[in-house]
Amino acid sequence: MSTETSADPEAALTADQAAELLDRIDDLESEVAELQSEVGDESNKMVIIATKGTLDMAYPPLILASTAAAFGYEVTVFHTFWGLEILHEENSKNLKLSSVGNPNMPVPNLVAALPGMDRMTTRMMRNKIADNDVASVQELIEVSLQSGVDLQACQMTIDLLGYDEADFYDGVTTGVGAASAFQEMQEADIQLLV
Amino acid sequence: MSMDVTETLDVKGQNCPMPVIKTKGAFEALAAGETLEVVSTDSGSMSDIAGWADSTEGAELLEQKEATENGDDVYKHYVTKTD
Repeated sequence: MSTETSADPEAALTADQAAELLDRIDDLESEVAELQSEVGDESNKMVIIATKGTLDMAYPPLILASTAAAFGYEVTVFHTFWGLEILHEENSKNLKLSSVGNPNMPVPNLVAALPGMDRMTTRMMRNKIADNDVASVQELIEVSLQSGVDLQACQMTIDLLGYDEADFYDGVTTGVGAASAFQEMQEADIQLLV
Repeated sequence: MSMDVTETLDVKGQNCPMPVIKTKGAFEALAAGETLEVVSTDSGSMSDIAGWADSTEGAELLEQKEATENGDDVYKHYVTKTD
């Protein structure tokens, strides 16, 4: 019976209980403030997965990445499979255009399949790029790195294609894989597969 | 009209995305209240730089104009740093 009288639900809060509640309120307030700062976080992020290594397909990811960086975005471009060619210092200077299977080419597929045709259409494209003051792939890589874009080379594809980490431009991140790319995509506002 | 231009960025002969990227770089170096003039030959820079300024905190696009210089169309942009 003596315990019942001490735990009277109608009784006013004891000093200890009040202090406990105040602590709880403090905890909740700081938790809310933390969540609000996360929601209002102004830092935006974009992740591009670049999988293609032809001359024409090297441009969209690099142009978008460098532009997004100018907009204040934190940008990661994860290069995998033929996308690695863009970051390969030697190969990036010799990216080619495929004349087969490209209906925008001025020659029919049957002709496009002849030896030397890719070389010819690539030369045409390079001339057009130069004539139109469009930056080269190397320039765009340079400007992207300078703007803080994280250009990543998928480690699995580096091994698969028999490349060496030293083959890539200085500043390229290696030793990364699908899991780190996915984690970055989770945090990103924009995710693109090119 | 007269405008106090602090810095001029010449990106003539450069195409998308270079004008915006270089504008951003030159803009970063400005102090509050200073104005950057960007001179471009890329007609796409009209919408690109307007869009960039619109999305960039502290950047205010004062004016954009087209002119002809030595027979070339040039596009001039004036961006002020507000804070």
